[in-house]
Amino acid sequence: MDDAAIYAKLTTIFQDTFDDDDLVPHGEMTASHVEEWDSLAQIRLVVAIEMEFDMKFAVTELGTLQTVGDMVALIRNQLP
Amino acid sequence: MTWDRAKLPWLPAAPADFRARCKAVDAQDGPCGGALQRLATHALSGNQLNRLATSLGRVANATPLAPFRLGLLSNATTSFIGPAVVASAARHGLAVELVEAPFGQEMQQALDPASLLNAAKPDAILLALDHRAYPFLALAETDQSPAALDHLDTIREGLAAHSGAAIIVQTLTEPSEALFGSLEPRVAGALGASVLAFNQHLAQHPRPGELSLDVAGLARSVGLDRWHDPAQWHLAKLPFAQEMLPLYAEHVARLLGALRGKSKKCLVLDLDNTCWGGVIGDDGMEGVELGQGSAAGEAFAAVQKLALTLRDRGVVLAVCSKNEEEIARQPFQEHPEMALKEAHIAVFMANWQDKASNLEAIAKALNIGVDALVLLDDNPAERAQVRGVLPMVGVPELPRDPALYPRALLAGGYFEAAAFTGDDRMRAEQYQSNAKRAQLQGSVRDLDAYLRSLEMVVHFAPFDAVGRPRITQLINKTNQFNLTTRRYTEAEVTAMEADSSCFTLQVRLRDTFGDNGMISEVVCRTIDPTTWDIDVWLMSCRVLGRGVEKVTLNEVVKHARAAGVATLRGCYIPTAKNKLVAAHYPNLGFSLVDEVEETTRWELALDSYAPHAAPIVIEDGFDSPRSSGAER
Repeated sequence: MDDAAIYAKLTTIFQDTFDDDDLVPHGEMTASHVEEWDSLAQIRLVVAIEMEFDMKFAVTELGTLQTVGDMVALIRNQLP
Repeated sequence: MTWDRAKLPWLPAAPADFRARCKAVDAQDGPCGGALQRLATHALSGNQLNRLATSLGRVANATPLAPFRLGLLSNATTSFIGPAVVASAARHGLAVELVEAPFGQEMQQALDPASLLNAAKPDAILLALDHRAYPFLALAETDQSPAALDHLDTIREGLAAHSGAAIIVQTLTEPSEALFGSLEPRVAGALGASVLAFNQHLAQHPRPGELSLDVAGLARSVGLDRWHDPAQWHLAKLPFAQEMLPLYAEHVARLLGALRGKSKKCLVLDLDNTCWGGVIGDDGMEGVELGQGSAAGEAFAAVQKLALTLRDRGVVLAVCSKNEEEIARQPFQEHPEMALKEAHIAVFMANWQDKASNLEAIAKALNIGVDALVLLDDNPAERAQVRGVLPMVGVPELPRDPALYPRALLAGGYFEAAAFTGDDRMRAEQYQSNAKRAQLQGSVRDLDAYLRSLEMVVHFAPFDAVGRPRITQLINKTNQFNLTTRRYTEAEVTAMEADSSCFTLQVRLRDTFGDNGMISEVVCRTIDPTTWDIDVWLMSCRVLGRGVEKVTLNEVVKHARAAGVATLRGCYIPTAKNKLVAAHYPNLGFSLVDEVEETTRWELALDSYAPHAAPIVIEDGFDSPRSSGAER
């Protein structure tokens, strides 16, 4: 799966999580770009990503996340 | 795809445009409950539940969803559980208003009469507590359950005393890491052993009016390693893996539904490829697969055995099959491997009409609502047709493999019960005798002669501890013959027993066909020394048109007069379901006092009351009260 495919899946997950059809995640995006993105939404987002990609992130990894790009890197690392 | 309980596989998949449909409902005027309930009746993800809860929170008019105020008390984060329960409850016909206690405030909330939870007077309070809420150590010298139970007792007793709510207690999930491995259950002071002892104590000492949410059983069914997610606990104090949220919320919701009488009553079975393998009309008696000899045959036999066991716990069985009736009945009569016999089936519908119409006919024959039916059918097209026309019927999606049909049916939780009483065991039999009575009624011209032939005996008694569970059940699920549709918790019913300003009456009926059990209840409240007001009058529709209400009024009047009462008042509060009794009071000789917003109020002067006649023998339990527990 290349980054474009990862972003395509992430877009659906973001739109679902934030209930916003116009939301398109990009590498530099952070929580401050999305009004609804609080700590609870962060958990919903992570869980939805874990389920969609069938993977689990370590607590050590989740603590370091800043941008959507960081998240994509984590996903890429675990893909076969 | 494997069958995974955590994904609610008995529910149809959510539509791709789920969020758009939620938005459409948001924009709608008027009652939206039906549309939201249909949206809820899909296998929804955590995000989808959250979205639906938002719609439910916005809606001004949730009719026909029944309002329910739920208190939530937890030692963990409830930010996700709350909305998920609200959305799942819509699936079971309830509009839940949530009262969430602040995080980690169990004791304060329970013990302070003015706390948020106690002051809100919820209908029920869910104690969403896991083992981390209790004083458990990984290892102690002795069994740790007594101290944990003390802790629970303080919480449950405080809430029960101050809030009047029905308390829902959770069994505790064992941790998935056993310190001692195989030895864990044998070391009394180990956490695993103490949790087991705690659960065992809860099971063996049920408290009246309390409900049990078996989270331990739920976690067992999906596996403890999947249930517990240490990372999510550390991150956000989530009590179990978020992936399990839809399943957990569904189980809470179905319990609330059961409390409000929303559980199903009748299992309708398709025949070909559901109760046996193959098509009886094509393959014939020798060709269908059933019973010993093949794995598939045994799987279909297991479906039949499950149906029979459900019948033993009070679920009525019916058949709905596209077949020639004679051919469809043949296996029931002649196939040696059939566990199901014609005698077990209350209504047998085999014809070529569409299934939705047949289901309506079955409900009518049994005198129950269409919303009390579950259809077990292997054919996806039939399932879709029924869901489209009759969305209120429970129609589980089935996996490809019939070996999993029993699991799928039971996982759907359609027959969830808040309690199990002796009367429940007899239920299927009763509905069936009812169908027989209806037949007899058809063959006897003269109604009076028919009623006399039933040799009815009615037993009157005040509310008591033995009858309490069934009394509460009837109060909460009787919709049709119910003058006021006032719902009371078991705690409130208990209070009525001791309240000297309350007259309570439970009515049992038996006849030539058997014991109908408790079928009617009346509660009168003293307004002033010479006036009683009928707060509750309800009756099971199974015994409609038999004169029971007449002798019931005779009994009430007898006690009212003895208490010096001159006037009996009653009112009829109309609902969507109780048109049946709109003329109940005038039929019994009451005169109209007034009508306010469709509620009619009625009055009966007792000095001129002449008892109604009905061919029923009366046994009066007021003279010789039954000793408590004698019938158990």
